[in-house]
Amino acid sequence: MKPAPFEYFAPASTDEALSLLAEHGYDAKVLAGGQSLIPMMNFRLVQPSILVDLNNIAELAYIREGDDGGLRIGAMTRHRQVETSPLAAERAPLIHVAMSKIAYPQVRTRGTFGGSVSHADPSAELPALSLALGGKFRLRSQRGERWVAAEDFFVSLFTTVLEPDELLVEASIPPMPPRSGWSLQEVARRPHDFALMGVAAVVTLNEKGVCDGARLVFISAGDRPIAAERAAESLKGQAPSSKVMEEAAEIASMQEIDPSSDIHATAEFRRHLANVLTRRALEQAFQRAAETKQEG
Amino acid sequence: MPTTFDLTITVNGTRYERSVEPRTLLSDFLRHNLGLTGTHVGCEHGVCGACSVLMDGQPVRSCLMFAVQAHGHEITTVEGLGTRDELHPIQQAFQEAHGLQCGFCTPGILTTVKAFLEQNPNPSEEEIREALSGNLCRCTGYQHIIEAVELAAEKMRG
Amino acid sequence: MDRKLIGKRVVRNEDPRLLTGHAQFVDDVHLPGMLHAAFLRSEYAHARLLKVDVSKARQHPGVVAVFTAEDMGKDWFPGPPLVSPPPTVKDVVFHSRRQVPLAKDKIRHAGEAIAVVIAESRYIAEDAVEEIEVEYEPLPVVLDLEQALQPDSPLVHDDLESNLAARLSQKKGDYEAARRQADVIVKRRIVIERGAAAAMENRGIVAHWDAQSEHLTIWDTTQAPIPIRNGTAARLGLSEHQVRVIAPFIGGGFGPKIMMFYPEEMVIPWAAKQLNRPVKWIEDRRENFYATTQERGQIHDVEMALSRDGRVLGLKDDFLHDTGAYDPYGLTIPLNTQSHNMGGYDIRNYSSEFKVVFTNRIIATPVRGAGRPHGIFVIERMMDAAARELGMDPIELRKRNLIPPDAFPYEHQIIDQAFAPLILDSGNYKAVVDKALEIIGYEKFIKEEQPRLRREGKYVGIGVVPFIETTGVGPYEGARVTVEASGKVNVTTGIGTQGQGHFTSFAQIVAEQLGVKVSDVRIVTGDTSEFHWGTGTFASRGAVVAGSAVHAAAKSVRQKVLKLASKVLEAPEEELELEDGAVRVADIPQKSISLGELAVLANPLRGAVEPGTEPGLESTSYYGPQYGATAFGTHAMILEVDPQTMMIKIRRYVVAEDCGTVLNPLILEGQIHGGVSMGLGNAYYEKLHVDENGQLLNASFADYLLVSSTEMPRIEVAHLETPSPLNELGAKGVGEAGAIPVPALFAQALENAFYDRKLEVLEMPLSPNRLFELLREAQENEKSV
Repeated sequence: MKPAPFEYFAPASTDEALSLLAEHGYDAKVLAGGQSLIPMMNFRLVQPSILVDLNNIAELAYIREGDDGGLRIGAMTRHRQVETSPLAAERAPLIHVAMSKIAYPQVRTRGTFGGSVSHADPSAELPALSLALGGKFRLRSQRGERWVAAEDFFVSLFTTVLEPDELLVEASIPPMPPRSGWSLQEVARRPHDFALMGVAAVVTLNEKGVCDGARLVFISAGDRPIAAERAAESLKGQAPSSKVMEEAAEIASMQEIDPSSDIHATAEFRRHLANVLTRRALEQAFQRAAETKQEG
Repeated sequence: MPTTFDLTITVNGTRYERSVEPRTLLSDFLRHNLGLTGTHVGCEHGVCGACSVLMDGQPVRSCLMFAVQAHGHEITTVEGLGTRDELHPIQQAFQEAHGLQCGFCTPGILTTVKAFLEQNPNPSEEEIREALSGNLCRCTGYQHIIEAVELAAEKMRG
Repeated sequence: MDRKLIGKRVVRNEDPRLLTGHAQFVDDVHLPGMLHAAFLRSEYAHARLLKVDVSKARQHPGVVAVFTAEDMGKDWFPGPPLVSPPPTVKDVVFHSRRQVPLAKDKIRHAGEAIAVVIAESRYIAEDAVEEIEVEYEPLPVVLDLEQALQPDSPLVHDDLESNLAARLSQKKGDYEAARRQADVIVKRRIVIERGAAAAMENRGIVAHWDAQSEHLTIWDTTQAPIPIRNGTAARLGLSEHQVRVIAPFIGGGFGPKIMMFYPEEMVIPWAAKQLNRPVKWIEDRRENFYATTQERGQIHDVEMALSRDGRVLGLKDDFLHDTGAYDPYGLTIPLNTQSHNMGGYDIRNYSSEFKVVFTNRIIATPVRGAGRPHGIFVIERMMDAAARELGMDPIELRKRNLIPPDAFPYEHQIIDQAFAPLILDSGNYKAVVDKALEIIGYEKFIKEEQPRLRREGKYVGIGVVPFIETTGVGPYEGARVTVEASGKVNVTTGIGTQGQGHFTSFAQIVAEQLGVKVSDVRIVTGDTSEFHWGTGTFASRGAVVAGSAVHAAAKSVRQKVLKLASKVLEAPEEELELEDGAVRVADIPQKSISLGELAVLANPLRGAVEPGTEPGLESTSYYGPQYGATAFGTHAMILEVDPQTMMIKIRRYVVAEDCGTVLNPLILEGQIHGGVSMGLGNAYYEKLHVDENGQLLNASFADYLLVSSTEMPRIEVAHLETPSPLNELGAKGVGEAGAIPVPALFAQALENAFYDRKLEVLEMPLSPNRLFELLREAQENEKSV
């Protein structure tokens, strides 16, 4: 199918984009990489009357080191840029490794970090990973600028705290504390499909090898990325063992996530997968944390 | 009448100036405005990969871009590879390894492979499979395509 | 016979055009003044159509016309029956109900076309489609095959007493007697669900009516251009000579492109004639899921009677077949199922009745395999169930029952899809089983590797499944071979081509006879102005039937060449040889003449010719097989499953196939690889999900999962050759073979992998989710025992 007609603006700067959003607000839809929006427009499921295209805004495409030693990623940075960035691999390996799981090569050359986060698809990796790593987002409008933590950003299915005149311009991903390990585990019908279930784990050990902190965030497990806080809490103060990992997996999969049934998987199968994947993720994450401890 | 945009675009080394409605998909623009019908359209939702072309050397779905977004950019389509009398080494390899049957998905595969081999001249089978994961083919079962890419890599390494 | 070109890995003639983007597909046709069509399709699967208001759409700028069923007036009538019921079977029930150009009064499946907008661009046409207002009265939908036959079911066709579209019984021997003698009776219910053919190119039509010459030209993504030409002429009241149908390069067929007439094939040429302007309609992928035919829905109740020592004494299979909203394609699919239910086994007693059921779904017509995968799935699942029951090795059980090589031709005493007696022409079925076992290393795997893997906690199973495929059915095809003055050879045939390599395999057949280069043989196919007679490319028949016609025509031209050359070179025909594009006297190389020069001599511009002489080096031949040739093979697979996530990895995939004489192994292997990928889709990935209202829930490639490069295993192929006695080439078809045994094989390997669970797979396709459920059920059953 072909998209319905729309009015098109291609601002060359963030300021220009914000002024267009201030003027058109609710009527406008922001076009970033377009790899989710354009299919929906082609199906005529979305028919925006105004499209504000960010692709000419060069100032929004960058990967930089953050002051905190983490990573700052401009909203219009392509997945492919992150995938091939040594800095990203070093500072945010969890995000770097996820890139090859996002759709296909041709989609990754267009798809953007900011676009994926703003789209807030609960099946997508970047919202969940931003949350797992304690990331935050810089939102700008003509009214000003604000930073919103990932845990406060995602509201529900395809919905965030972004106001109609607001633009997500940057993501800040802090570094993981020392002696941290991470893992991303997914089950997808085909490797490049949206995951039936996925979990990102970030764990930190103290000097004695006891878990100091953990984060578990699930993909395709609810109407937004789902952080399993009680499961993470249950790991704290524990030496990693299969028993504690199994317990955490049980809590997360049975009590904290809220997966739905669709044509690809029932909620029951998704909970089962969440349980399996949590155990695998924790095992790998603790393993990695222990290895960094030896190195350090 | 809907507003149109003036667009300057270089396709396969030729510069074109055209006026288009912003909603015109790049795939339709290439095929119907420029008559470059080698680029095929199999789904219009960005999954099949038949419409893949190169923009500034990088593979993109031309059904998931508006033509206006290619303003000022360089596009390479299958017509920009070799000619019938002088096939590009990738095209030669696809003929020799029987990497195509109906040939509908082939243009998108050739452009994708071109960018891939430029970035990775000596790929493993697994890397080739990954690189082709966004190009569906219903005829070949991919095996001869993968062998063609291996052969093309060999030819291009010389 | 010593062959120079047949059987060689010749690269394809058609490739340079396809590889450079110069090959013309239907959507590449651009004509001055061309308009674009978009269809309004029903949102409901079953509804009365109360009102269609197109007035707003007609006012939309850029819209040239909007047509509904009413607007077609007397030109509105259903499509023709494509295949009639078999005349030779007694007590057959068949209610013919065919699709209509645009729905009138009633909607029978979601996506049925209601109106067409014709505009200056497709974009505008789609804008205007949104402005058509339709009033529906939704009706309860008919989806479930068993419920559809209940007396209280809503009716798809109100004028019928029930949703029974057809019923047909076939019997061989005496099943009841066999049952009484049996030591073991195995009963199962087997459910097979629908999938899509999903050719990469969607359908499309361009129609151009030239009012001055009163000539209609149609470019159509059809597998059967000549029947489309004939039918269109009949529909529009034109002579067949006023209509030219061109099936140019087609982006994959796989069956549905031979359904006819699709509503769009009835509407677009009609509209072009009405408007006196060229009209193009290109199906989009979403429409393809709603408007292109599908296949595979059946429910089987099967019973197998065996002796203790593993002889299958008899088989009974009563099944339901989902034909969708209409049944233009007759009984082809269920007849194929019935013909493949016995696989390659010597089963003397067989009883099968099928009921074809109307439902509120898109029409079912053949998709690669066309009922055969069902038959093979049924018999092979039963073999595995029986082997378990008997405590016998599943391969051994199969070997005990395979038809022995000396039993051919083997008469099954039932009729096949062509209504001809089902006769298996030739074969060596055990040889392909042994070959597959040898390549995959069955013994070693079972005895050494599998126990080791199981000790490591891995779930790795092996499967081995033999199959047969009836191919190369009639009625006939024809071909004309012409040597041109350039010395190059032109071949025309009517069948149409969708990627099977006909431009090359036919050229090999001709080059073999005429001693020219394969690349100097030009094949023209799929253009009715070039060749008038034929049916189409389907049922794995192109190479066999059209190939045999090409072969016959080439041989006839060879005779003409020899006769003329003998005169010119003053040498007896026996001493002449055709080499390098010339005829020469053996041992006297300087005494030779090129084919081009001979062609000129055969078509002189002046002078007298002998009475009765035909001009040119040209011949037309037809071939119609007495009955179909039956190909066969065995697939084997080693499958690893993650028992927690249900994710799979195919470690080995082996195909031992025998399709008679191999024309071109490169093309043949490509056909098999592609078939296997579709079969794997049918086994574990591809399922059309329909909700309780008959709405398709996955009408996109994001949710309807085709096997991609990352799932597909490497396939090892071995060829055996048992030539068919039915044609001179000895060829059998292979187009569908790759897909046929895969779901049965996958199920077997899966059960073998889960050796410690009581898993039994009686359905296709599976999915990770469904496998998870089946394992749960097996676990619960075990607990309750």
